[in-house]
Amino acid sequence: MLRQASRLLARPPRLAARARPFSTDLPAADQTADATFTEAWNKVIPNIDPPKTPLSFMQPRPPTPSSIPSKLTVNFVLPYASALATKEVDMVIVPATTGQMGVLPGHVATIAELKPGVLSVHEGNEVTKYFVSSGFVFIHANSFADIIAVEAVPLDQLDANLVQKGLAEFTLKLSSATTDLEKAEAQIGIDVHSALNSALTG
Amino acid sequence: MASNAAVPFWRAAGMTYITYSNICANLVRNCLKEPYKAEALSREKVHFSISKWTDGKPEKATLRSDSPDE
Repeated sequence: MLRQASRLLARPPRLAARARPFSTDLPAADQTADATFTEAWNKVIPNIDPPKTPLSFMQPRPPTPSSIPSKLTVNFVLPYASALATKEVDMVIVPATTGQMGVLPGHVATIAELKPGVLSVHEGNEVTKYFVSSGFVFIHANSFADIIAVEAVPLDQLDANLVQKGLAEFTLKLSSATTDLEKAEAQIGIDVHSALNSALTG
Repeated sequence: MASNAAVPFWRAAGMTYITYSNICANLVRNCLKEPYKAEALSREKVHFSISKWTDGKPEKATLRSDSPDE
């Protein structure tokens, strides 16, 4: 009995040592089957096949290559459509809250919040620009970038007159605002419209 | 962790990120040129029915199709 106890006590530390910090460091094969679930299932119900878990339906994340890849793979999604799906590009410039951020293949893994501004996708000689209202960009270590935005429009769909009118209207609202919330809303209006303005003129 | 990091002005005014993001999206949609603007606003319309429940039974439902509020 005591011999068993020492074996059982020795097991937990091994599990803790296996915890890894980043999912891209795991070899791709481990991620296709949910190994711990199937082991636990087989111990309790050996006669029935274990059900497939969502993990087996998902494609495994491509592992981080040892040398920097030549292209950045971009997924640009909106709530109602997928603007770019695993498109290979040379560079994207995203409007992060900390400023315009250029993302090249081999960029360090980053999560950035976006502010209203212009997102430009550079592929060869062509540049496609979108105005993004707000969102996030997740850059993974394996040169995949996931850009998620609530609203993104190509710049030629914006109407300059409406932008000017909006800017004037919100500047007025800021001066006549009383509560903190009204001031915040007016300030948001000013920020968005000035970003729209510089996108159209710049 | 920086517990006294500078919060964005809208967070300081009591607004959540989702509210902020939706306000930004609405403002951008309102600045679109004509055919795109109509498409965008129609895409964001919501229709829902509300009914109050008493004693475990729903009362008469009311249908609402408000344009999206922030």
